[in-house]
Amino acid sequence: MSEKSVERSDEVTLTIDGVEVSVPKDTLVIRAAEQIGVTIPRFCDHPLLAPAGACRQCLVDVPDAGNGRGFPKPQASCTLPVAEGMVVNTQATSEMADKAQRGVMELLLVNHPLDCPICDKGGECPLQNQAMSNGMGESRFSDARNHGVKRTFPKPINLSPNILLDRERCIVCQRCTRFAAEIPGDPFIALVERGADQQIGIAEDAPFLSYFAGNVIQICPVGALTSEEYRFRSRPYDLVSTPAVAEHDACGSAIRVDHRRGKVMRRLAGNAPEVNEEWITDKDRFAFTYATADDRLTHPQVRGEDGRLRAASWTEAFVVAARGLAAAKAAGGVGVLTGGRLVAEDAYAYSKFARVVLGTNDIDFRARPHSAEEAAFLAAHVALAAPTDGGVSYDDLESATTVVLAGLDPEDEAGAIFLRLRKSIRVGGTEVVAIAPFTSRGLRKLSARLLPTAPGGEAGALAGLADELDRSAVVLVGERLATVPGALTAAADLAARSGARLAWVPRRAGDRGALETGCLPNLLPGGRPVADATARVDVATAWGVEHLPENVGRDAEQIVSAAVAGELGGLVIGGVDPIDTADPAATRAAIAAAGFVVALDLRSSEVTEAADVVFPVAAVAEKPGMFVNWEGRPGTFEAAMHVAGALPDLRALAGIAQEMGVPLGFGTIHEARAEMMSVGPWDGERSKLVEPVATTEVSTGSTTRGAEVRLATWKQSIDNGRMQDGDKYLHATARPPVALLPPDLYDAHGPTVTLTGDRGSVTLPSAVAADMVPGTVWVPANSFGSGVLSDLASPGSTVTISGGQA
Amino acid sequence: MAEDEKGPTLKEQLWDPVAGFGVTFRTMFRKVVTEQYPKEKFPTAPRFHGRHQLNRWPDGLEKCIGCELCAWACPADAIYVEGASNSDAPDPEGNSQRFSPGERYGRVYQINYLRCILCGLCIEACPTRALTMTNEYELADDNRADLIYEKSDLLAPLLPGMEQPPHPMRLGEDADQYYRGEFSAKPAQGGEA
Repeated sequence: MSEKSVERSDEVTLTIDGVEVSVPKDTLVIRAAEQIGVTIPRFCDHPLLAPAGACRQCLVDVPDAGNGRGFPKPQASCTLPVAEGMVVNTQATSEMADKAQRGVMELLLVNHPLDCPICDKGGECPLQNQAMSNGMGESRFSDARNHGVKRTFPKPINLSPNILLDRERCIVCQRCTRFAAEIPGDPFIALVERGADQQIGIAEDAPFLSYFAGNVIQICPVGALTSEEYRFRSRPYDLVSTPAVAEHDACGSAIRVDHRRGKVMRRLAGNAPEVNEEWITDKDRFAFTYATADDRLTHPQVRGEDGRLRAASWTEAFVVAARGLAAAKAAGGVGVLTGGRLVAEDAYAYSKFARVVLGTNDIDFRARPHSAEEAAFLAAHVALAAPTDGGVSYDDLESATTVVLAGLDPEDEAGAIFLRLRKSIRVGGTEVVAIAPFTSRGLRKLSARLLPTAPGGEAGALAGLADELDRSAVVLVGERLATVPGALTAAADLAARSGARLAWVPRRAGDRGALETGCLPNLLPGGRPVADATARVDVATAWGVEHLPENVGRDAEQIVSAAVAGELGGLVIGGVDPIDTADPAATRAAIAAAGFVVALDLRSSEVTEAADVVFPVAAVAEKPGMFVNWEGRPGTFEAAMHVAGALPDLRALAGIAQEMGVPLGFGTIHEARAEMMSVGPWDGERSKLVEPVATTEVSTGSTTRGAEVRLATWKQSIDNGRMQDGDKYLHATARPPVALLPPDLYDAHGPTVTLTGDRGSVTLPSAVAADMVPGTVWVPANSFGSGVLSDLASPGSTVTISGGQA
Repeated sequence: MAEDEKGPTLKEQLWDPVAGFGVTFRTMFRKVVTEQYPKEKFPTAPRFHGRHQLNRWPDGLEKCIGCELCAWACPADAIYVEGASNSDAPDPEGNSQRFSPGERYGRVYQINYLRCILCGLCIEACPTRALTMTNEYELADDNRADLIYEKSDLLAPLLPGMEQPPHPMRLGEDADQYYRGEFSAKPAQGGEA
């Protein structure tokens, strides 16, 4: 809605309850009434959905429709646009409207079971509330003559493995079906049957499998839709709610965390009109049980004399870690790998710890395939971009004429971007052009024009777009583009030549914050290039140190290879899972080879098992923090709950630094944030993105039976990620792992294929993707085994395909 | 302390000290009102607000559905409830997973008698008459932890014919028959106190 930009002449003046009010043209009466403080009861009406007029609860009396004549019967105010001179009387002043509303409410309650005591919506239920405020105390349908017999259905049915429907509670307002059809474009639920039997249903073979399905639970105005995980778990009045930012993707979606007695019970979408509006992905909504998993670390651990980890006090762990890191620093240096899941303050602490305490620029947040070109691209084009600074924002996606997606599948990797693009596409505003190997389900829902591109060809495809785009276009490049030599340079070049705006969309919530706080070998906090002496002096002054390491450090891959080669004395690893990294085997080898490893992690993992000192850290809900989303928009939040002994990463780092005699200067998130803000952004010259050296093609060398194909892959929204552990119902809604093949390969190899790469071999069911680029196969990156990177090959490389065992 | 010119009168000197014992002597011949508690216990008024009880259906299933309305009604925040799902599917060991008729039961039920003011708003709120109050008033202890009564402390005793949950519904096909009182074979008198 562009209500702010409406001109005066577009305003319509009408009278509601005797009060004159001016509202923009096409406003609905129900919202015009809100302007004068009259809330008309409603169920089906939702500001972000198209009007339906399904529940009839919002009836008002319209004695004058603006043309001098009135409506003879009450009108639904949620479908009635305002007109000049219109006179509306709501239940506040009109006996007729009030009586009509009470009558509708009585009818809505005819078959409603009134089982509020066992209903999960009880306490926050619009039907319950409005039955009290606008209903009659008695029903004429429950008297002796009618025996109070209500229509019943067998108890809940599954709309999906995760979503339950209690049909007798439903008042058929169609919010859920309208949401499914309009917002994510997954119309798997619809009205079925007629009359009193009318109900929401699914086709037998098509459950409501949508990545956004959980939103229908939140918008259901009765308790008809519930989730398996939260059903009967709690009551709204014994939950403590805290606004927060979702930690599962880089969208920065506003959420609400509800907890009880030190345990998160559920998460809801927050209301952030400029970011995710009121929708979140199911991953954001349901994936929070990882923080209470059995393997959660609760106390520091130190490797003892016998080579086994034993529990230690914080003090002892600080001392041991400090001693070990000091020795490792002397023996070649220490590399820091931070993953991309940290809040910005923690990332800042790692960044400062590496520079000040360890005296190195060997720090990298990119626990995934990456390249030196990417680091240069991030430094030159991404760092410091923000909506307030002219950077691309969600609103820009909506107003852009063309949005180019390269190395990004929004439905899987950035749900809020997907929904925002769909919103614009539905009104015919934006054309999406996708540089991808095939039209994925998400791209089909975006009506995307596909530029079929085999993995590795993205640079060429981007270059070819130069004549098509203009200043009103936006180019979104995903983090996956880092694996394609030249692609990020091509994207920057395209933006420069066509005037299109460019934004980088990482997958993890902490990536952008880590970039801004300098968790890169070539950047210091605030986007300051390491190579720039003034920038170094700037940061050194702010930190009160003599000097900072001058040479651009090693990136994650180089840290790993240096550790394997014995050049590094130790590693500090925070929240990295080796299976995410470019070469999982090499990362494991590096951890094994490094003389001294300090791990900071939430849960026991491969890394903590191999580390010399392990620090437990707080989960996102247990600490304050800030996530910077892909736009560069900071989203700060406070701790949802306080859990004894759950300390943020930066507290552990501060403890080690203290022991090493170089205090970090902060011990809490808020202190770190204040220091971060005082260091501020870099206003000097930015580093330039230089043309990358042409790299040689990766060849697998081994040739076995079967055809050679290029491997395309990305992570699906719901997969085997560590942060999605613990909710089996959410996991049951994941798309089954399938290898997608072009038709000719499918015909040749059949419904089961075996793919063999340089790291292993996997057998998967296969399916046809009609427009898949020939000679390419797509597999989900982390939906089977230990993931593609561990079990198959690196993305973009060549694998051999053969028909699987029948 | 003001010194009087004259000393105390004769009445003040002789009669008054003795008169003070008048009450004592009179009471010696009256009926004793002292209660020999705890050796002798008197019944309370029949509707005295004492310790709570969680009632059972005649087959032993719990009446509590874990709706938390009692917790909501409680002005002293003394009640804590967690609901959970009943299931007719047996657990891996073959036991029933049904504690109450219907879909939902109270998995955790705690009343903190350090906070409870025995006002009775909770039993008014209870939609299934699961929560009532007994006449038991001996709610004292020498430590705080024991004054948080768990569900096991609050549940009514199993009367003859009752069976310790979890077990399937014995009195009807579905929960409605329980709620409407449409069960015929009553194994024993109801558990409501």
